[in-house]
Amino acid sequence: MNINATLLGQAIAFAVFVWFCMKYVWPPLLGAIEERQKKIADGLTQAERAGKDLELAQAKSTDKLKEAKAQAAEIVEQANKRRAQIVEEAKAEGETERQKIITQGEAEVEAERNRAREELRQQVSALAIAGAEKIIKRSIDKEANSDIIDKLVAEL
Amino acid sequence: MADHGEALTSSSYIQHHLTNLTWSVDGGWNAHDAGFWTFHVDSLLFSVGLGVLFLWLFRSVAKKSTIGVPGKLQCFIEMVVEFVEENVKDTFHGKNALIAPLALTIFVWVLLMNLMDLIPVDIIPGAAQAVGIPYLKVVPTTDLNVTFGMSLSVFALIIFYTIKVKGVGGFVKELTLQPFNHWAFIPVNFILESVTLLAKPVSLGLRLFGNLYAGELLFVLIALLGYWQLPLYFPWAVFHILIVVLQAFIFMMLTIVYLSMAHEDH
Repeated sequence: MNINATLLGQAIAFAVFVWFCMKYVWPPLLGAIEERQKKIADGLTQAERAGKDLELAQAKSTDKLKEAKAQAAEIVEQANKRRAQIVEEAKAEGETERQKIITQGEAEVEAERNRAREELRQQVSALAIAGAEKIIKRSIDKEANSDIIDKLVAEL
Repeated sequence: MADHGEALTSSSYIQHHLTNLTWSVDGGWNAHDAGFWTFHVDSLLFSVGLGVLFLWLFRSVAKKSTIGVPGKLQCFIEMVVEFVEENVKDTFHGKNALIAPLALTIFVWVLLMNLMDLIPVDIIPGAAQAVGIPYLKVVPTTDLNVTFGMSLSVFALIIFYTIKVKGVGGFVKELTLQPFNHWAFIPVNFILESVTLLAKPVSLGLRLFGNLYAGELLFVLIALLGYWQLPLYFPWAVFHILIVVLQAFIFMMLTIVYLSMAHEDH
């Protein structure tokens, strides 16, 4: 085993290989690795952020839901109040209407009674006259006493 | 077992397995004592081939790599890249675009070269012999030239970055004013620190070479045992997987450590 020019050949080959590796092999390989690492790190932070966003959105939606529920309850309450109010109003209106109808009926009844009374009075007067006539026919002339009868009728 | 020509003895079998296919500028193929300008063709062929395989595989994945959901192959490649990146980040705290790709190249390349050790020792040399290639050593990291080619390159980087970060003065100071910060100790310091400095590439290269050479030799010895190799080959191969990966990792890790030391001010 002796040292000879093989050593130089090997050294030259070594230098060339190292140069080639440094120039064309190492940078793309490590670059790909590092870029992928960056990408994964980015993805992880994004996922974390998305998780936080989701949490936030959930909290927000819960708030909104609560708010909506409160609003709905308020609306329902308002509606109830309004219904009560309307019912009350209707009741009052009905009452006045009833009152009106009653008074009207009473007035009508009154009028009817008056008319009936008038009629009755006239009939009674006619009857009285007829009666009186029959009585008087025997004694006196009708014309001579008509003013008395008229007075009588008017007094009735 | 290889049963090629001539009288086959154990030592010639081992010798054959430990001989490189060489080509020298002066003597041509497989010349004896051809001097410095000799190339171990098999070592270079397999090491460059595996390096190209590594770069081709990683480059093709890199070209198709997506930021989205990665495929299985991309996942695997990214696992390796992240493993290296993590080790570099843990050890090296400066800013240097070279260290991580360097570490990745060292780790995967050395691992691939070491893995050649797990191919049964006679398959590739046997096939090569069949087509007329007399010697073929398939594990590049069992060649001292290969491991030192890499460790000396790392050494050059250590010196380059030490001077770049601390200046020539800083480099000299590091060599002379440590560990005893007094002018009288300069020669002692220099001896100590030089040994420390030189021990880095030597130990780096020798560790890898020694482990793999020993492993390879053991595979060759096991292959000599005839039928006994059957129960022995498998446990050693399993154990060797550990060594293969561990040595690749150690080479990478020590490179990172040395370079991070070169960047650090004391």
